Amino acid sequence: MIRSVNDRSNSFDSGIVHSRTSASSRKGLKWLALVVAPILLSGCQLPGFGITPGVTTSSHKVYKLWQGFMVTGLIVGGFTFLLIIFAAIRYRKRNDEIPRQTQYNTLVEVLYTVIPTLIVAALFYFTIVVENPEVALSTNPQATVKVVAFQWGWRFSYPGNPKVNVVGQTTQNPELVMPVDETTRVILTSLDVVHGFYIKDFNFSQYALPGVTNRFDFHVTKAGEFQTQCTQICGLYHSLMYFKVKTIPAAQYHQCLTSATSGDSFVACANGTSSLKATIRPTATQGAPVHHG
Amino acid sequence: MVDTLERTTAHEDDHGHGGHEEHHGPGGLLNWLTTTDHKVIGMNYTVTSVVMLLIGGAFAMLIRAQLTVPDGAVVSLSKYNELFTMHGSVMIYLFAGPFAFGGLANYMVPIQIGAPDMAFPRLNAFSYWLYLTGSITMLLGFLTASGAANFGWVGYAPLSNAINSPGAGADLWIGALILTGFSAIFTGVNLVATIFYLRAPGMTMFRMPIFTWNMLVTGILILLAFPVLTAGLVMLYADRHFGTHIYDANGGGSPVLWQHIFWFWGHPEVYILALPFFGMVTEIIPVFSRKPLFGYKGMVFATISIAALSTGVWAHHMFTTGVVLLPFFSFMTYLISIPTGMKFFNWIGSMWGGQVRYTAAMLFAIGFLLTFLVGGITGILLASPPLDFFTHDTYFVVAHFHSVVMALVLGAMAGIYYWYPKMTGRFLNERLGKLQFWLLFLGSMVFVMPGYVLGLQGMPRRMAVYIIDPTWQNLNIVSSIGGFMIGISTLIFAVNVISTIKAPKTAGPNPWDAHTLEWFTTSPPPHHNFYSLPNIKSERPTWDYFHPDAPALVHDDHDPSHVPGGAKVDAK
Repeated sequence: MIRSVNDRSNSFDSGIVHSRTSASSRKGLKWLALVVAPILLSGCQLPGFGITPGVTTSSHKVYKLWQGFMVTGLIVGGFTFLLIIFAAIRYRKRNDEIPRQTQYNTLVEVLYTVIPTLIVAALFYFTIVVENPEVALSTNPQATVKVVAFQWGWRFSYPGNPKVNVVGQTTQNPELVMPVDETTRVILTSLDVVHGFYIKDFNFSQYALPGVTNRFDFHVTKAGEFQTQCTQICGLYHSLMYFKVKTIPAAQYHQCLTSATSGDSFVACANGTSSLKATIRPTATQGAPVHHG
Repeated sequence: MVDTLERTTAHEDDHGHGGHEEHHGPGGLLNWLTTTDHKVIGMNYTVTSVVMLLIGGAFAMLIRAQLTVPDGAVVSLSKYNELFTMHGSVMIYLFAGPFAFGGLANYMVPIQIGAPDMAFPRLNAFSYWLYLTGSITMLLGFLTASGAANFGWVGYAPLSNAINSPGAGADLWIGALILTGFSAIFTGVNLVATIFYLRAPGMTMFRMPIFTWNMLVTGILILLAFPVLTAGLVMLYADRHFGTHIYDANGGGSPVLWQHIFWFWGHPEVYILALPFFGMVTEIIPVFSRKPLFGYKGMVFATISIAALSTGVWAHHMFTTGVVLLPFFSFMTYLISIPTGMKFFNWIGSMWGGQVRYTAAMLFAIGFLLTFLVGGITGILLASPPLDFFTHDTYFVVAHFHSVVMALVLGAMAGIYYWYPKMTGRFLNERLGKLQFWLLFLGSMVFVMPGYVLGLQGMPRRMAVYIIDPTWQNLNIVSSIGGFMIGISTLIFAVNVISTIKAPKTAGPNPWDAHTLEWFTTSPPPHHNFYSLPNIKSERPTWDYFHPDAPALVHDDHDPSHVPGGAKVDAK
């Protein structure tokens, strides 16, 4: 099918005498299979290529997927990069002769179609393996938080205790609290425009969309504080729409949530300051969350 | 196989030397205003779009200056939002597309297929004037009281509605996109009709230059994609002014609908932008390697596959909306990487075993390959939804698509340096060209690479200030240095062009020993393009004419490197 009308050469022997390109491509394939598969499966000793394993069960899997993709990308990209440089330098102009007018080489063409297909099939497979559990919803999450984004702040409310509402805008930096070693359901929406709910250390983000309620689960594995902010352009103060995520032991979380009388007291309790002094926020410079209820 | 008839005599009788100028009625400004000559319109498009490149680039310089310090060095929060919106809008809507399909394609496609003009010359002129009007309309936003559009070049609803963006700048933006949208649609119609109906005798589909093939596919994609955007914009305008609630969740509408409409245009648009530049590079690499394009028909197949698949990948821009079928759009996106990858091997294969001449045009083409490789590989990372989740809306994505578009700018420069002698009869200065190349290529790398790291460190895009994490400053400064290198390279380009304006016309018809029909005629070509045409017996009619004794095309050969210098196969 891919035969030039001008082709006059005899291609009979081409099946026997392979070109160097095709041989090296096949060697490259074996190499890829040998290198990539174990990396995608284990991947622990590899560098993080710019990201961390994060603090949720999903973020760990995403981290390994990222490592596998980066290694594959560097091999494929590096191979292609070297081929380009090699061809440009090795075949630089030497004289005025007209070179062989090679137009087609079926074997090479088949190889550079089939090998990328196999590579992306593998990438797609591993994508699905990580993606399905990441977006799956638990049947009975132990904690639930409703997140409402607005211009230019966040409201975190907890169905477990209707008195707990944490609201803050711009650099007031409202705090979202989650338990460790339990599954937290996040119910996310927006009051006005599209916002980006992004937590770097969870290796995750989702849009907060007006008129749409998104649900997803986190299973946090580590206590800590994680500063973040809105990622989707949402108007004038987009670059100042901060929030903070605090993850605390599950027992403390449930104790704080049950005993809290307001958003402030809940956040204070989660931060280990006395719930009796809940009206005084420890990080006063960042502004105190506003009470609701 | 019908052999081409020489049309020499007929053409010379019609348009003898010098005769073509009286042909066209009034000269000077009136001629320019009323022209329907595809070459004049193509030049108009090229010059206008390069001016847009300079304007969009100036915005980029301000953006990069702003980000050299965490609390913003140059402009206010609201001005910054206008700047990045207009930077993206000018570059995407007013430079990249119009430069490719309005400028170089308008000029070259009819000549490449041996046609005297585009199929609909008046429609072609109308396209240009719509484009110019639209461009001015968009930029006028800066003169309104509330400033230009400021919701990003994607104009997501409901940020772009009348409540959140009440100013006239937003309306001018919408109006401009409707005008330039129609301009693009008419150009698409013209390209498709011209390529299907005006090919010279002997110019079968599989003898068309690859640039023409790419423009045919681009034209079809324009016809698929642009009407959707234009309709979407009319609905956006209706939401803003006529009380409809199409994108308004409170009125029963859907903000996500805008994203679907926008990206249903927007993803094919990525290829509408890219395919012409793929085509330019695909012309240039074989010519400066003195070889035919490797895998010509495979390349055509890859181009058509990219176009077909590009209509089914739009929601990979919407992975984080939570309302799209992730595996489907991920799978389609992976599929589209296959034909794109094939092209790399076509380009490498065309250099393989050749005689690569390092002209400025060829250097830009090689720079395109390397830069586009970075954008392509990172695109494959983003096609995986779990990886897109944490990179979406961060500088990682900004760096990814700037790798792609900087590659397109390198491709555009390759095209300009390659075709400038044809369009003007004059050479651009090669030394300045090479200096420009190194600044542009290295500047692009220095500019995009920190973005990848910043994105992974969590820096969101479209940030007027980043006082949330001042440690991002160092990488931002590096990125800005790269940006300024790109700026300086553009100044060198301007100097180069200006310095040739009064230079003698020394180019001659075929200065590069090229392959395609535009190099058979004079530089610049006469009115209606040709005094004569060669026989068209392959996709390289000009090469065939000037190299009747060259070795024949080879199929399935042995390792070309075993035959150094080639030329050992006899042309039988």
